[in-house]
Amino acid sequence: MTDMRDLYQDVILAHNKKPKNFGRLDPCTHEAHGHNPLCGDDYEIMAVVEDGVVRDLAFDGSGCAISKAAASMMTARVKGKPVDEVLGLIADFRNMMVGEASDETKEELGHLRVFEGVAQLPNRIKCAVLPWHTLNAALTGSEGASTEGENDEWEGA
Amino acid sequence: MSAEAIHSGKTDWQRIRGDFPVLDQEAHGKPLAFLDSAASSQMPEAVLNRIIAYQHKEHANIHRGVHLLSQRATDAFEDARHVVAEHIGCEDREVIFVRGATEGINLVTHGYGRKFLKEGDEVIITTMEHHANIVPWQMLREEKGIVLKIVPITDDGRVELDAFEAAFTEKTAFASVIHVSNTLGTINPVKEMCEIAHRKGVPILVDGCQAAPHMALDMNDVGADFYVFSGHKMCGPTGAGVLFGRAEHLKRMNPFMGGGDMILSVTFEKTTYNEIPHKFEAGTPAIMPVVGLAAAIRYLNEIGLERIAHRENELVTLALAKLRAMKGVRIFGPDGHRAPVISFGIDDVHPHDIGTILDQNGVAIRAGHHCTQPLMKRLGVPATARASFAFYNTEADVDALVNGIQAVQEIFG
Repeated sequence: MTDMRDLYQDVILAHNKKPKNFGRLDPCTHEAHGHNPLCGDDYEIMAVVEDGVVRDLAFDGSGCAISKAAASMMTARVKGKPVDEVLGLIADFRNMMVGEASDETKEELGHLRVFEGVAQLPNRIKCAVLPWHTLNAALTGSEGASTEGENDEWEGA
Repeated sequence: MSAEAIHSGKTDWQRIRGDFPVLDQEAHGKPLAFLDSAASSQMPEAVLNRIIAYQHKEHANIHRGVHLLSQRATDAFEDARHVVAEHIGCEDREVIFVRGATEGINLVTHGYGRKFLKEGDEVIITTMEHHANIVPWQMLREEKGIVLKIVPITDDGRVELDAFEAAFTEKTAFASVIHVSNTLGTINPVKEMCEIAHRKGVPILVDGCQAAPHMALDMNDVGADFYVFSGHKMCGPTGAGVLFGRAEHLKRMNPFMGGGDMILSVTFEKTTYNEIPHKFEAGTPAIMPVVGLAAAIRYLNEIGLERIAHRENELVTLALAKLRAMKGVRIFGPDGHRAPVISFGIDDVHPHDIGTILDQNGVAIRAGHHCTQPLMKRLGVPATARASFAFYNTEADVDALVNGIQAVQEIFG
């Protein structure tokens, strides 16, 4: 059996208990709603983007420990970064979760590698990816994110 | 199977468990504790063997061929109809084979609803319905302009008869209610609900998916106009379920799908529909699953549904007592008698995380909204964890559940 401690590492449990950047951001320049209809994970991501940089970022909503910790760590990581860099990070994170990231990419992901354990459980990968998926929708102006359905450009993640 | 186990006076449940080969395995290195039978139950060897025998010696298309195998297959299929009819106390022609309860309800909203319901007519359902008994009516609402009336439930997840009766008005044209809640295990007083509906002159459908595996059913006693259930929740294969409908309704209804087998004659100008039940069984049906369903019903009756109900009540009562004694565990649903289904939550832990950790401990449960999102909203939770029992579960499975919950609490402690 997978050691549950590989999945629910202390850092994930800590972010679940006390998430960073949890709450609403009003006003904001970008926002999107992300939903996993299968398990009910439901988040809103709000961002303030100025001069091509994500100045502020927050998330609100509810879901499992994996999705909440993923959202918390994502916001901490992305805040203050240029949008271009953030979009690259989103792709890197997704690649790690579907097992397509190079060692170099994983190295760059740093702390976010705690989610590698989740990649061992196919039915939980979507939990970790949902906040990133939603941030992508917010920054690219697409219409929210769902882990299911034909608009899921992240099919397979 | 275990004829010996059954006739030896005290039922040997451990031996009956041995009838289910799938249960004898490990999950993630732990003994499998399968507590998800409300989603889909397991098949005993008697059913598996019947399916193999059918495919080895009897299979061909039914109601068509002049050859030996076609006759054997037709006999097996119509014998299954008779087994179902005897089991639920109705006429053979009142048994329509469908894919499952969902298709049964859709058949009624199409065959009855589209023909007889009109704009402004009210259809009564309850807050605890499965999506299968909500969405087909909403689709009919879009098409015909009917109005859905929702009967509220109590905080502990029961429908009170007064509340049910209060939902009826002069415009009520149909009622459709769940017999046993797949989420809460609540056993609704459907006999009294059918009496109320009939006093008001309203036909009523009962969704018996979670009742049929756990109790003996007599359509004359229940009194419903329509009753649906799925074979795969009562030890049969997926792909076969039953719609019971009173002949007087079935005769007047529109067919559901058009095609072969549901006609008497076809010209390009006019088609004459077949008699019931064949009018509702267009195309080649799921012959093998239907044969398997009949074998499952025979198997359940060999043990006896009363004994099964008694055993399952023992298991659910034990599990409820153990879970109630645990700190930080919240149990949904009625305090009193319930079907062997327990929805629960653990403080500060999302059900999805409970499900994953239990799975890694060998315990299979379901986590989510259980296709009852309006009920989740009423309970004020996004999802629940659900353990559901069958007679083939044991006290060891209950212990595995309790230990698994402790493991969750340790990780999230």
